[in-house]
Amino acid sequence: MNVKPVNKLFNEDLVVINMGLESFADNLKDQGVKVLQMNWKPPAGGNKKIASLLARLGR
Amino acid sequence: MQKILVEKDSYYDSVFLMLINKEVKQFDGVKDAVVSMGTDVNTELLKGMGLFNPEIENSTPNDLIIAVEAETEETADKAIQAAKELLNKKKTQSQEGDEYRPVSLDKAVEILPDANLIVISVPGNYAAREVKKALNKNLHVMLFSDNVSLEDEIELKELAEEKGLLMMGPDCGTAIINGKPLCFANVISSGSIGIVAASGTGLQEVSCSIDKFGSGITQGIGTGGRDLKNSRIGGIMMRMGIAALKNDPETKVIVVISKPPAEDAAKKVIADLKETGKPCVIHFIGLKTEADSGNLHYARSLEETAGMAAALAGGKEYRPEAFTVPENETEKIAARETGKMNSRQKYLRGLYTGGTLADEAMILFESGIGGIYSNNQTNPELVLKDPHVSEGHTIVDLGDDVFTVGRPHPMIDPSTREERIVKEADDPEVAVMLLDIVLGYGSHEDPAGAILKSLSDAKKKAEERDGYLSIITSITGTKGDFQNMEEQKKKLESIGCIVMPSNYQASMLALKIIRKVE
Repeated sequence: MNVKPVNKLFNEDLVVINMGLESFADNLKDQGVKVLQMNWKPPAGGNKKIASLLARLGR
Repeated sequence: MQKILVEKDSYYDSVFLMLINKEVKQFDGVKDAVVSMGTDVNTELLKGMGLFNPEIENSTPNDLIIAVEAETEETADKAIQAAKELLNKKKTQSQEGDEYRPVSLDKAVEILPDANLIVISVPGNYAAREVKKALNKNLHVMLFSDNVSLEDEIELKELAEEKGLLMMGPDCGTAIINGKPLCFANVISSGSIGIVAASGTGLQEVSCSIDKFGSGITQGIGTGGRDLKNSRIGGIMMRMGIAALKNDPETKVIVVISKPPAEDAAKKVIADLKETGKPCVIHFIGLKTEADSGNLHYARSLEETAGMAAALAGGKEYRPEAFTVPENETEKIAARETGKMNSRQKYLRGLYTGGTLADEAMILFESGIGGIYSNNQTNPELVLKDPHVSEGHTIVDLGDDVFTVGRPHPMIDPSTREERIVKEADDPEVAVMLLDIVLGYGSHEDPAGAILKSLSDAKKKAEERDGYLSIITSITGTKGDFQNMEEQKKKLESIGCIVMPSNYQASMLALKIIRKVE
């Protein structure tokens, strides 16, 4: 079982991207973690058909 | 009088909107209100409530809906205005002082090229594609979102395994990586115990107890509840977690926590643990424990899991006993509590915010007296017909989906439990209320204070009936948590609640009292 990247993570400083609930990012900032809050929105403005097409195109 | 406002292309996260919704509902003269995004579920909900118009019909999950039913047009207008102001305040706060917020993951990685982990909490139906993108960018993932299909979970975990990356979740509420609490987690001392858990509150209770026993942890890896329970997933993430802890020189003791696992998955996990050569403590909640063998040790409760691990890590010797409080002391408490009750009082009401804590109490009571009603019961005869109404001895998990439709989890917003306490207080047959108070990041800033008045009113009501209501609690938290554990304890004790050192001991004491009045 390859878990090298996990053990590598254990030896690094945590650097986090937060996609979604903002309070999670605030809590990490509070602990001195470098974190970037995304401005996530439903893909294709929430239009399911177009979103699934985009997903299939790998975007 | 109805007023509906739909704002196109204005996305806010659901937890934030639920909190705004609560504020608007409390507005004087407002009969009902909904502040939400135009998802299919929400528009159906609005239709059912009769708060509907063609604009809502045509809304998308990217459109904000504010719908208000009020006594007068003026009140409705004022309520909508107030909601808009709260939302604007948030928008300005977000834009002020902060860095640029990328919309796409590509951009996010460009801005933060050294990012090594992503926390994803977007609505479940969008989550899988975002996780896939993140794994393909070699990011470890904590997936908080629920409502992710089993098929998606398998696909994502197989991809993570191939890449050697963590994919904690879906529905993973708690993790502690490199000493940093993620989502719902506590500030735990660092030490030499590594945990892999398929249960969020289970991980919280065990890590906090380890801290109380004077030890600490290296990592707390979450897997999501289905990881070991579902044989098709087969414990992929738990096995990866164990492998990583095996290789980690800082980790001297490994702890594994899960709800009853699928048989084949459990076998693989146990073989893996044996192979680590490190002392391991296993707690499969609700499953009969086996005799210890070699480096494998089996625990019977969350607290015992922590105690055994702390002892193995070089801490104080752990003596397996029910109470760390002296036996004659608990006897005294039980006698004092029951002495003031009247003859009609006989039932337990466990009102829980943590699912695994509710399970632990339920399992204990099931083996102690049996016949415990719950929304978490596996025995169909004892599943609550209506989760909102208690029957006989009841232990209810208020974090269950039935209670969180359109409202935040009770750990974030204590009002769900507060309402339930008020309801239970009117039942003259209730003898004991058993509660969990969960501290840490993610949780409410003052969980004890928020329910204090309802608890003290409940005690008064029992007194008015010439009885006495016993309230037994435990606090899942540490001295490092921002809520101030000592203050929380003092608040509860100030109105006569009993605060036990763990959920297990709180449940045992409640059982002792119920046995006396039965």
